[in-house]
Amino acid sequence: MALIELDDVRRVYDLGEVKVHALRTVTRKIELGEYIALVGPSGSGKSTLMNTLGCLDRPTHGSYLLDGEEVVTMNRDQRAKIRNKQLGFVFQNFNLLNRTSALENVELPLMYGPRVSARERRDRAMEMLGKVGLADRYHHHPSQLSGGQQQRVAIARALVNRPSILMGDEPTGNLDSKTSREVIDLFRELNELQDITVILVTHDQNVARNAKRTLVLRDGEIVEDTTDFLLAKAALELDPAREE
Amino acid sequence: MSFFDTVRIAFRALLKNKMRAVLTIIGVVIGIAAVTTIVSIGQGASKLVSGEFEALGTNVILVFPGQTRRGGARQSGAPTLTTADAESIGEECPAVLAASPIVATAGQVIYGNENWNPKQMQGVGQDYLTVRNWELEAGGFFSTSDIESNAKVCVIGQTLISKLFRTVNPMDEMIRINNVPFRVIGILAKKGANMVGDDQDDVVLMPHTTVRKRLNGSPLDNVRIIMVSARGTKQMGQAAKQIESLLYERHEIGPSEEPDFSVQDTTEIAATLGIITGTLTLMLSAIAGISLLVGGVGIMNIMLVSVTERTREIGIRMALGARGKDILRQFLIESVVLSCIGGAIGLLLGTGASMCANVLINMYKPGTDWPMIVSIPAAVVAMAFAAAVGVFFGYYPARRASKLDPIDALRYE
Repeated sequence: MALIELDDVRRVYDLGEVKVHALRTVTRKIELGEYIALVGPSGSGKSTLMNTLGCLDRPTHGSYLLDGEEVVTMNRDQRAKIRNKQLGFVFQNFNLLNRTSALENVELPLMYGPRVSARERRDRAMEMLGKVGLADRYHHHPSQLSGGQQQRVAIARALVNRPSILMGDEPTGNLDSKTSREVIDLFRELNELQDITVILVTHDQNVARNAKRTLVLRDGEIVEDTTDFLLAKAALELDPAREE
Repeated sequence: MSFFDTVRIAFRALLKNKMRAVLTIIGVVIGIAAVTTIVSIGQGASKLVSGEFEALGTNVILVFPGQTRRGGARQSGAPTLTTADAESIGEECPAVLAASPIVATAGQVIYGNENWNPKQMQGVGQDYLTVRNWELEAGGFFSTSDIESNAKVCVIGQTLISKLFRTVNPMDEMIRINNVPFRVIGILAKKGANMVGDDQDDVVLMPHTTVRKRLNGSPLDNVRIIMVSARGTKQMGQAAKQIESLLYERHEIGPSEEPDFSVQDTTEIAATLGIITGTLTLMLSAIAGISLLVGGVGIMNIMLVSVTERTREIGIRMALGARGKDILRQFLIESVVLSCIGGAIGLLLGTGASMCANVLINMYKPGTDWPMIVSIPAAVVAMAFAAAVGVFFGYYPARRASKLDPIDALRYE
C-alpha cells in the first residue's frame, strides 16, 4: 500500500458566478521515502494540490488515502490531528511565531499532540534544533535569526513530531542561493538518511533538480510525472499556446 | 494542549501588548472596584444598623395603639393605650424589665433670651432611663411623686445646654416650655448621632402626666407609645407574648377579635432597616455592574482586534495541528485572564476605596463608628463575576478565531 493514494481528486472553487477548477483530475500514488517536487506555472494548481496533500484543504471530489485513511470524509478536528501526527510544514515565509523563541516555536506541534511533559517537550525540541544546527540559538527570537536560520527552525518544528511527510511550499523562495543550497541539502539528508517523504512546491529549478521525482502541473492536471529532471524541464517549458 | 500551557501562552500574548492590555482591563477594574466599594459600604451600613439596635439594645419592645373598630369603620392610631397599661406591663409581665409610656409634644423652649425647638419633647414615665439604657450626667430623674403631682420638672439633653445655656450651669435653672416654667433637675449623658444622623441629645424629657395635662391639655389618659425593655435578648419573644396576653385581658378582646394595639420588637425594625440598606446596596451594585458590562464590551472589542491581528498565528497553529477548540480555548482563556487581572486590581482598589470611605465617614461623623467590612464571599463573587465577564465577552471573538480556515489564515497578511 502506498503512503499516499489520490484517486480522481478534483477541487472546484465556487466563486458564485464562476467555478474555478483548480484541480481537474489527479490520480497518483506516492510511496514512503519519496522525494517529490511539484512544479508548474502560477495557477497550475500546485498549491491546491499541496494544500490537499497537506490536509489543509479537502477535495470536492475523489478519494485521498493517507496511510490507508480516507481524508476526504474527515472533519476539521480529524484533519488537524493528521496534520499534527503525519505532516510537517515548511513555508516560503517561514511562518514562525514572532516574539517567541526558536525553542518554543519548535515545541508548538508537541503541544497540540498527545500530552507530552514539559521536560520531554523541551528535550525533543532541543534535539531537533541540534539536528538542524541551531542548538546554540534556541532562545533567539525569529527577528534575531537570519532567513536560513529561520527556515531551519521551521524545519525543526516540522519534524519534531516525527511525521512521515515533510511538505515545503516554496521553502527556498525567500532565501539567497547559498542558504537555499544549505536548506536543500538538509531536505536531501532528511530524505536519504531518515527516510522521510519530502514533497516540495517550487519555482526554483535547483530545488526541483534535487528531487527524485518531479510532477509537472498545468491547468489543474499533471502533465508530466518523471524521475528524469530533463523531461520535467521540457514539459515545464513547453508552451501549449505556442505549440499550435 | 494542557490548561497550564494555555494560561502561560495567554499571559505571554498579553505581555506582548502591555499598554493595550492595561487599557482593556480599565473598564473591568472600575466595575469591580465600584461594586466592591458599594457592597463593602452597604454591609458596613447594615452592620451599623443592627449594631445600633443591639446597643440601644436594651431589648426594646414598642407597643403601639392599634386599630379600633367602631361601627364598622376602622381607624389606626386610635387612643387605645393608657398609662395604666404601661404601669401594668411593667409590674405584671415577668419577662419585662421596665416599661414607660411616651407622650409626645412639640414647641419652643426658652431660657433668658435664647430659644430653641428641640427635636424630641416627650413625656415619659419614671423608668424611661432604664428602658432606654440611658444615663444621667448630672442631677436626677423625676420620681413617682413628680409624676403623680404633674410636677413641672424636666431632664435635658446636651444639645439644649449648648443652645440655651452656653456657659451657665443649667441645673435647677428655670426654662419655659411653651410658656410653662419647668425646673431642670437632670442632664442626660452625651449619646451622639444615631445611624440616621439624628441628634439624640436634642431632647427634653418631662413627666408624662405634666405633658398631657399642662402642655397638651388633653383630658384623656392615652399614650402614644409604650416603650418596654425585656430582661434580655432571649426574653424578647417571651416578653412580647406576655404583653400581648396582658393587653388582651385588660382590653377585653376575645381570641377571635383583632387587637386594638400592636407589639413590635426592635429586632423587626432592625430587620426592616436591614432590608432597606440591602436593597439600596443591591441597586447601587447593579448600577456599578453596568460599568462592568461596558468593561466587558471593551474586552470583546480588543479580542476581536487581536483575533484579526493574529490571523496568521492562528493559521500557523492550525497547520501544526491545533484544533478549533484549541484555538477557542486559547482566546477564551486570554480574555478570562484579562478580566480576572482586572477583577483582582479592581478588588484591591475597591477595598482601598472603602477603607478611605470608612475613614472619612468616621472623621466627619464622629461617634458613628462606621465599621469596615471586606467580606471574603463578596470578593469571591466579584472575581467570579469578572471571570464570567471574560467568558461571556471573550466567547464570540474566540469562536470566530476557531472557525477560521487554515489556508486563508496562513495567507493573511
